[in-house]
Formats: sequence, C-alpha cells, structure tokens
Amino acid sequence: MSKSHPRTSGAIRHRVHDRVYDASNHNQAPAPLVSPDTDKRATVGLSYMTYEQFDEFGNELDEIRQRVLDDLGQADANYIRRVIRVQQASEVLGRIAVFAGVFNLWVLAAGAILLGFSKILENMEIGHNVMHGQYDWMNDPMIDGHRYEWDNVAPAQDWKHGHNFIHHTYTNIHGKDRDIGYGLLRIDEDQPWYPNHRFNLPLAFLLMLFFEWGVMYHGLELDDYLSGGSSKEEFGSRTARAKRKARRQVLKDYVAYPAIALLAIPFVGWWAPLAVIGANFVANVIRNIWAFLIIFCGHFPAEVETFLEEDAENENRGQWYLRQLMGSANISGSLPFHILSGNLSHQIEHHLFPDIPARRYPAISKDVKVLVEKYGLKYNTGRLSKQLLSVAHQLAKFGKKPADPYKQGKSPESKALRRAKREAKEKALQDAA
Amino acid sequence: MGIIRTALASRPVRALTSPHHPDHYLERLHPLATAESVRARVVGVRRETGDASTVELRANGAWTGFKPGQHVQFGVEVDGTRKVRVFSVSSSAAGKGRRFTVSVKAHPDGYVSQFLHHDLKPGTIVYLSQAEGEFVLPDQVPDDLLLISGGSGITPVMSMVRTLTERRHTGHITFLHYARSRDDEMFTDELDALRSLNVDVVRIYTRQPAPRAELKGRFHIDHLKHLGIDPTETLTYVCGPAGLIATVRDTYAEIGASDQLRMEYFKVPSVDLDAADATGTLSFDTSSTEAPNSGATILEQAEAAGLTPEFGCRMGVCNTCAVKKLSGAVRHVVSGEVCANTDETIKICVQVPVGDVAVAL
Repeated sequence: MSKSHPRTSGAIRHRVHDRVYDASNHNQAPAPLVSPDTDKRATVGLSYMTYEQFDEFGNELDEIRQRVLDDLGQADANYIRRVIRVQQASEVLGRIAVFAGVFNLWVLAAGAILLGFSKILENMEIGHNVMHGQYDWMNDPMIDGHRYEWDNVAPAQDWKHGHNFIHHTYTNIHGKDRDIGYGLLRIDEDQPWYPNHRFNLPLAFLLMLFFEWGVMYHGLELDDYLSGGSSKEEFGSRTARAKRKARRQVLKDYVAYPAIALLAIPFVGWWAPLAVIGANFVANVIRNIWAFLIIFCGHFPAEVETFLEEDAENENRGQWYLRQLMGSANISGSLPFHILSGNLSHQIEHHLFPDIPARRYPAISKDVKVLVEKYGLKYNTGRLSKQLLSVAHQLAKFGKKPADPYKQGKSPESKALRRAKREAKEKALQDAA
Repeated sequence: MGIIRTALASRPVRALTSPHHPDHYLERLHPLATAESVRARVVGVRRETGDASTVELRANGAWTGFKPGQHVQFGVEVDGTRKVRVFSVSSSAAGKGRRFTVSVKAHPDGYVSQFLHHDLKPGTIVYLSQAEGEFVLPDQVPDDLLLISGGSGITPVMSMVRTLTERRHTGHITFLHYARSRDDEMFTDELDALRSLNVDVVRIYTRQPAPRAELKGRFHIDHLKHLGIDPTETLTYVCGPAGLIATVRDTYAEIGASDQLRMEYFKVPSVDLDAADATGTLSFDTSSTEAPNSGATILEQAEAAGLTPEFGCRMGVCNTCAVKKLSGAVRHVVSGEVCANTDETIKICVQVPVGDVAVAL
C-alpha cells in the first residue's frame, strides 16, 4: 500500500503540511488542480450559471447521489451476481463449444461468439464497474474494487490509476486527462496537431482490433516517464505488472486451453489446438471492437466539451459536476444494449457518480435531465450509429493539418507559446513560494 | 481440505480460471462448493440467556479446524451487505467433524450479534475465515490449569474446558468464572454438571452473589489463595472485559507470575456517535502504529503518522485510497453518514474516525 504518484504527491504533501486540508468542506478542487493564486476562481461553465448557482447545482447532485446510495441493497447485490452467473455460464459454454468446434466449424464460430460475449460482460458490466468500487458496500471479497482483476491484459492496478483517478478526476482537461485521444489520436481542436495525426482513421481502426493491448500500453504511462513525471522504479514496476498480467492472459487463452485440445488430435488432425487458438483470438477481438466502439462514443462525439487547466483551477463541486456532464456523451438503446455496454451508454451519469452501481444510471438520468432543463445545459445523447459517425467525422476532421500555426505542435509559434506558458507558470509558483 | 478441493485450487486450474480464483466460479454453483473460502451452514441457534445465543455450524470442506480458544470472522449477508464480526468458538475441539459452535452475547448496538440472537435461521449460509488467534492451549497441556473468564469471555474458555474433559484430561482444572448474576450466565446447566468431574468450577456472581458463596466480589488474589492455587506454578488463561484482564495481569506481575499468564481481550471499541470533538485512537494495523484521533480524514492522519497510503483524487471519486476498516465507526465528510461495520472497505480520503478505529494500513 505504498504506491505514490510523484507528479501529484509533492503538491499534495505541501498542502497537507501547509494548512489543514478541510475535507469537511468538500466544495473544492481536487488537490493538483489548485492554483498557486488562492483567490483565483475557476471559469469552467460560467456561461451556464453563476457561482451561487453552481453551489446549488452541486448540492442538488449530491442529494441525488445520497438518495441512491441510501437505497442500495439486496436487489443490487442480486443483479450483479446474476450478471456474473450469465457471464460465467456463457464463458463455460463458449469454451466447451470451442472444443466441440474442432468437429464442426459452425459450433466453433458459435463458441467464439459466446466467449466474446462473456468477455464483453466481464470487462464492461462487471470488471469496469466493480473496479470503480460500485459494489464495495457489499463487502464481498470476490467483487471488491480493490481486489478484483479483470479478464484483460491491462493490470487492474494501473488501469484504475489511469482511469478512476486521472480520467475521472480531470475529465477532458487538456494536459491532464490522458484519455483525450489516448496520446495517439487527435480528436479535439485544442490538441496540438502532429504529422502522425494524418493517420488518425487507420490508427483508430488498428486500436479497435487490439484495444486491450492499447489499454495496457496506455496504463504504462510511458509519456509520463519520459517527461520525468514518474521515476524509473515506478515505470519499471508498471512494466513488470503489465508483463505478468499479459503472460497470464496469453497462457490461458493461447496455451492452456489449446493444450487441452491436444487430446482431439487423434480424432480430427494436427490442427485441433490451432482451432482453439483461433477461436480464442476471435473472442478477444470481438470484445476489443465492442469496447472500443462504446468507449470512443463516451467522450469523442462532436458536441462534447473539453477544458483548459487554467480554467478549471480552484473549481468548486458544482463546476466539477458540470465538467463531467458537459464532457460526456450518452448512447441511447435497449436494456440489453445498456448492459452489454456496461451502462457506459449512460456515460454522463457514470461520470457524475462513478461509484454508484451502474444499473441505477437509467433511473438517475431522469433526475439529471431535470437539472439539465433547469439550468439550460446540454445533454448529449444519440443512437450508437449517430455517435459513431460523429466520432469518425471528428477523427477525419482533426487529422488534417490545421491552417493556424498555433494549432500545429511543431510550429515555431506554438513552441514559443508553450515556452511562454511554462515560464509564466514557474514564475507564478515562485511568487507564491 | 479434501483431494477434490486441493485439485480445484491447484495451479493448473488457476491458470484456466485466471485472473479469477476458482472459488469465483464455484460459489456460483453453490455457496458451499468453494475450494478455499470457508463457508458454513447454520445447523441450529440456541438461546443461552436473554441476550446470548449459541450458533451451531457445519463448515464446508475448506475449513481446516480450530484449536480451543480461537475465534473466527463470522459474516452474514443482510440486505446485500456482508456484515462481519469476530466470534469465539465455544465447542470442543476433540471431535473430528466439521461441526462447531460459536457463542455470542448480543450487544445493544451490535448489529450482527443482534441479528444472530433474533433473526438467524437454521439453513442460512454464513461466511467464515479460518480459525485465528494465539489464545490457545499448548500441545502438551500441563496437569494443573487455571481458567479465568468474565462475562461473555467465557466462550473461548468453555471450548478449552469442553475439549479437556472430552479428551479425559487427568490433571486438575480450576475454572473461575465471573458473571453479573446467574441469569446473566451462559452455559449454566453445563457448568452445574461439570462439578462432578475433575474440573473445579467456581462461579462468582458480582451483582447478585449466591446465598452461600465462598467467594464474593471482583477478582482478587485472595480468591486464588482461598482455592489453594499458586499462580507462579499454574498455567493461567484469562479472557474477559479489559478491567478483569488488567487486574489479573497486575496481580500476576506483582508476584512475578507473568510468564504463566495467557490473555485475550474482548475489546469493544468505544463508539461515540455524537462526538463533535475527536476522540479515541486511530490504529494502523498493518504497520502496527497508532495515533490519537485528530479529527482529520483517515488519509490525512495516516500521512501525518508517516505512512504513505495510496491515494488519487482526495475527493471520494476514484476509489484509489479504499482500504479495509477492521473495526470502529467512521463518518463520511460529505454526507455525514456513520458506518460502524467491522471489516468493510472505506475511502479514507472522505472518512473521519468516530472514536476508536482500526484500518488495514
């Protein structure tokens, strides 16, 4: 229990010892987004409401949250266990069908699809949500957010750091949220353009096929290490964890289960283990494609807002909520679709209340929509096809070289701008000290 | 563990169920079918006194047995939440089977003990740990033995007495038990019957003394003198409230008999729900440090104590800082909600201790 994050821990320690961190006044920004200028107020969302309204808005959402938390109970416990039962049944049936599939290719295909379905459920409605701590209140060690490990090559610990902490706290803030384009794609106007962004669409397509490996690579935070944000030891332990996890996953799907199929060689031929390897590979790819499609619709459609660090510094709880709301997009659909998406089709509700069991999001959305109406906010939702087209359009649009030299990462103008910003920040820090 | 359970928890099977434990699958088949997680079915519930009951359990094959004097973590699921408390095993360890009993005195505010006393039905499945605790009889039991208990502290001692009598221990056992009154005493009939064997049962009712009682009042060295016991030469076990243990400990220290004494606290953490001012002690169990509760969040207090717990957002969103709270009550800084469950996961960045709290840090 001693993993630390140097990029932020310095600032936080400073705060802790400088003044008493008054957690009972929850109405303040998460630690690293505090400006050296303590009087500064965040400008996020001021076009929608005043600071007083933000306080009210924050309280209203806190009330919705508490109301749902108070209501959690047996029905939620039964639900997640039922989902786990369906997932495990489809996994076992899928594995059996894959073995039986060496005698009949149709059965093999059915097995691969069933196994892919099971991996989707495990990663999205179970793994993602459990690792958010949505079911920690049950106190069941098998579905405990801190102990759960998912069926994915990305180790839970590093995924939780990048996702639960970085992405969910600094949602859509440029330079803070590493999920804007995943360090690979240009999906927003305020991201600097580099020549590799010409290949936005083909790169996104490859990422889709091998998404779990992309998630694992993203969790290594290589860019953070290269820019001096984390130590060699930390990067080393992240890499070691990823290797260990990937080895186990590969061993399971591509060595252990195929090895059982060795028994079938005398009956069908030498290729029996290869058929199992192929079916398991297809199952993993099915899961990869689905997860990619759902996740890219969460924050990348056209009307989703992104934010600048200087605007979000010293934000209050209402502004934090607003940033989550305006920075996310929902997907409309049927109940089975919502479950298969891990209820990330309710990305807005998930970002407002990431640790509330996801099956509650559809009901919560009614309360959220009332607030959206009351304060004249936007509630971004649409069918999967509409959101996907929007994302593809964004990828194509922002892959092109922008005319504005300030939007090009390597232009002398933007280099000078970055240098000036850096110097101003250092000066502000010195003045504050 | 049987051969099937050993096989189910073996490395080749784990490789196939990775990243999950085989029990993750097995418990969906049947809650008792787990290979390594100890579970038990409630066979019966027996009222001992107005507020104490004995629960008879039959554990699944994952149970590796207990030594007399040990306790188990006992979890029941109520409205979707597993509530865990620690209870002493009260039955004899002499038999070979997987049946055993725990005996519990219901605390007025104790959710689980109240549930056990009033609502637990035979057939219910409960979630256990393996037996734990160092307060056990030695492998070679000396001839003479003194067992002292107070109140519900009788439960582990009762397991020792039952085991020794069932194993036909030939030495002389003195069992000195302090209870408020005869009505308040657990196992009264059995203790009455025990007199006939080579166990000397002496019961002292501190509030309503028996008419012809030879000893009265709280524990005193004179009680031992009267019974003809030399503490320096008698292995002694004491279990009960902190006051009784402190008296016995000091008495034994005074006469230089401390090495003969084995103690088990029945600690009830102080929970002061209305306290505006910070009270109690915050214990960090894993690192064996503790600090007086300063009223700040547990995360801040851990950092102030020199620990480096994991954390992320520090606003209760990301779950990075979640750890097990082992005992005590905490208050959520935003909602004000107080949680007093044992062994539950909390986000330490938004929880402040209310009274004594122990966390796994």
